[in-house]
Amino acid sequence: MSQDPELLRRLLRAKDRMDAASHEDWPVRQLARVSGVSAAHFARSFKEAFGVPPHRYLLTRRIERATALLRDADLCITEIAFQTGWKSLGTFGRTFRDVTGESPSAIRARERAAPYDLESVPACFLRAAHRPDLTIAVSEKRRQEARGMKESEETEVP
Amino acid sequence: MSQGVEVVGLYVRDQDEALAFYVEKLGFRVHTDARNGDYRWLTVQHPEQPSFQLGLFTPQSPMLDAATAQTLREMVAKGAMPPLVLVVDDCRAAYDRMRARGVEFTQEPVARFGSVDAGFRDPSGNGWKLIEARR
Repeated sequence: MSQDPELLRRLLRAKDRMDAASHEDWPVRQLARVSGVSAAHFARSFKEAFGVPPHRYLLTRRIERATALLRDADLCITEIAFQTGWKSLGTFGRTFRDVTGESPSAIRARERAAPYDLESVPACFLRAAHRPDLTIAVSEKRRQEARGMKESEETEVP
Repeated sequence: MSQGVEVVGLYVRDQDEALAFYVEKLGFRVHTDARNGDYRWLTVQHPEQPSFQLGLFTPQSPMLDAATAQTLREMVAKGAMPPLVLVVDDCRAAYDRMRARGVEFTQEPVARFGSVDAGFRDPSGNGWKLIEARR
């Protein structure tokens, strides 16, 4: 399980790039180039290092950013969808609901009604703390919800 | 002030590299650089903060067993260590200055809620936020 720290540092650079521009597409080939490894090696090493495949990580960052914009920005939901990297409003709404369990408009209403009493925490750290913890693929989450299963039952399935 | 926090340490992958980074790129000063065999106690100081030292330490034996030291090197390299904040008067000016010196920025300056923040990493992977506080 041990990974070369020099490789990890370069994988971190690819993760940082996604963080800095999560609205961009980031093909695996491009991320692999940032880390100086082959595409196949990159995908495998990234998941081993950070616990999620690169594109699922990118998805959590997009949802995190969309949630922040829904709360803080005076932009319509369509504009937020495009700014955070989605090509259609429908895909954004569906994915957002699947990941967070709420629609973008419901999150917006709730977040805006909640008192903002965390002013002494730097905003950048606060955001990271509200990133969705996407331990399974969105497609798997959808399947589970369709079957009415709880996540904890997942390991019980033979 | 006679009581309080005096030293907080970071783990770095290479103390010479870290020293060059914190002194030449960030403008810190060396406070203590003492060696005892393989062990090196290295601390630096912010020029405006004489009561605080930032320690630059390597995870190493005999304080740590080899497997623990390796785990820590991996944690640092994947950016898993706790948040660090450097407060500046002018985030954009500091960003320009540090970038020109070759600091690896992970986030350009962003204004939010009246403060401005940027993000950078040291060569080992420790992540810093550069924050210009609200006035």
